[in-house]
Amino acid sequence: MHMADALLSPAVGGTMWAAAAAATVYCSAKVRQSLDDRKVPLMGVLAAFVFAAQMINFTIPGTGSSGHLGGGLMLAILLGPPAAFLAIASVLTVQALFFADGGLLALGCNIINLGIFPCFIAYPLIYKRIVGSHPTRARLLTGSLIAAIVGLQMGAFAVVTETTLSGVSSLPFSSFVVLMQPIHLAIGIVEGLVTAGVISFIWQARPEILEKAATDQPIGILPIGKILVIMAALTVLIGGLLSWYASEHPDGLEWSMFKVSGQEELETREGLHKDLAGVQEQTALMPDYGFKKSAAGDSGRLGTSVAGLVGGLLVLLLGVVIGLVLKKRGAGGHDHSHPHDHDHSHPNHHH
Amino acid sequence: MSTKIDRAFYDIGHLDILAEADTPLHRLDPRAKLLTTAVFVVCVVSFGKYEIAGLLPFFLYPAVVIGLAELPLSFLLRKLLLVSPFVIFIGIFNPWLDREVMVQLGPVGISGGWVSFASLLLRFSLTVGAALLLIATTGFGTICMALEQLGAPRVFTVQLLLLYRYLFVLIAESIRMMRAQSLRSFNAKGRISYRVFLQMLGNLLLRTIDRAQRIHMAMLSRAFTGEIRIVRQFSFGYKEACFLAGFGGLFLCLRLTDLTALLGSLVLGITG
Repeated sequence: MHMADALLSPAVGGTMWAAAAAATVYCSAKVRQSLDDRKVPLMGVLAAFVFAAQMINFTIPGTGSSGHLGGGLMLAILLGPPAAFLAIASVLTVQALFFADGGLLALGCNIINLGIFPCFIAYPLIYKRIVGSHPTRARLLTGSLIAAIVGLQMGAFAVVTETTLSGVSSLPFSSFVVLMQPIHLAIGIVEGLVTAGVISFIWQARPEILEKAATDQPIGILPIGKILVIMAALTVLIGGLLSWYASEHPDGLEWSMFKVSGQEELETREGLHKDLAGVQEQTALMPDYGFKKSAAGDSGRLGTSVAGLVGGLLVLLLGVVIGLVLKKRGAGGHDHSHPHDHDHSHPNHHH
Repeated sequence: MSTKIDRAFYDIGHLDILAEADTPLHRLDPRAKLLTTAVFVVCVVSFGKYEIAGLLPFFLYPAVVIGLAELPLSFLLRKLLLVSPFVIFIGIFNPWLDREVMVQLGPVGISGGWVSFASLLLRFSLTVGAALLLIATTGFGTICMALEQLGAPRVFTVQLLLLYRYLFVLIAESIRMMRAQSLRSFNAKGRISYRVFLQMLGNLLLRTIDRAQRIHMAMLSRAFTGEIRIVRQFSFGYKEACFLAGFGGLFLCLRLTDLTALLGSLVLGITG
């Protein structure tokens, strides 16, 4: 499901934009480094395919909801993580511009939510582990199912966290989670089944396509990798700071002003405009009315810090995962003395 | 089903046609429009949760753009309505959860939840509208070029452009497949079973991959080097600087000064 501008605060949106931009730069460098220029048109055309596929997907009977195929896992299987990430990012860009799905500020969130999780977590850590280099129908099915479900659950959780941290919606964190996760479990199952079905179709019809994708070349360590690590660290820092800042101010300034009653309107707005730095604290508060109504600052602080903690942990997790992927890549790179010997590539068994 | 697809197809094409018009706004360098839109969106979403009055002056920008670029309002509104369900779905909980009366209109008390829900809808219309206006006045290829000039990696922009080029081809292909399927299944009423669906998708994918290879060979034989070439020439000049500084300044002004408060209290004064 797409995150929307209207639900975002600038701090959260900006942080996610920075993370998405860093990931895009990194993945572009990776793809360019692999020197497989045949991949660029393939990426574009497969991204267009995801669009076309998403349009058919709406008609599957039995789901009842309008959840659509992310296509992320399928792209990761066919293209490998960095190229797939770029393809997903471009699908989301087109959706943001032409279909008004989400919006421009939310694009960063959407790229992270729907791109990072399938490409850099669900595919390499789950799908690849389960399916391995000798796929069977059962392995393909379990691998795709679990990977799709995990990827979408993480994406849905990210939507909840971003929304909660932004504080535009009044929905309490816990009920939002309860609302979103089961919906995305259903969507994940559909996506897993469809991915498995299409991949096994391809595997029977043209196995060489999958073999080529599975033996994606490990590439030597890029300097850009360090940049990404720095950006990830920055994200953690900003996210952490943001959540701390939010939890430092347990109760919404504006809220208490409203409660005072009287000329609250003007006063609040003045408070809003006078203090530019206050923008963050105003918008990043966890807007759980239930907590606030129970008055005591303690429960308010608890609520806010839970949201902050979860957000911080999530970003931290992201950083760790990116670090792990980089490290793995770096280790894999040693077997290949030449970064571009992909013409006579051999499968790389130690995954 | 197929009407929905046809409509989406038509919508993309229609936005493209709008972007090909030749108005002063269309002739502006895309970077100016991209950056102005970014300032606009950030200003709009940075307002507090209960802000309504401050958001209203921001409708000035879409109004000016729609006017200057001669865009069809009804088409844009219909697109807005089509994508609104998610925001409404999340936002509708606000009135439910946040019941404290905030504004008293005679005998009727309006709760904070309704105020924040209204604010959410305003933000939604403004931000999504801004994105639609950007594409309708700029066109996709030009936006790709602007992104590259602003520092986006070449690999990303080239495949973004390719995605867009082949979107039409592939959507047409999937529409043909679905039409063929529906002609061959008399009682299905446009429904596609899981097994058939998989085979359709798989075949579409195989055709796509073959097509990608043909495209690449054709591009290579026409000396493709990975560079995007756009017919219309742009440069970031005096007009662009004025547009960006003028609108950017206005947005910041509306966001930061009491002008909003004045306007807002005026608006509230009338309704209250």
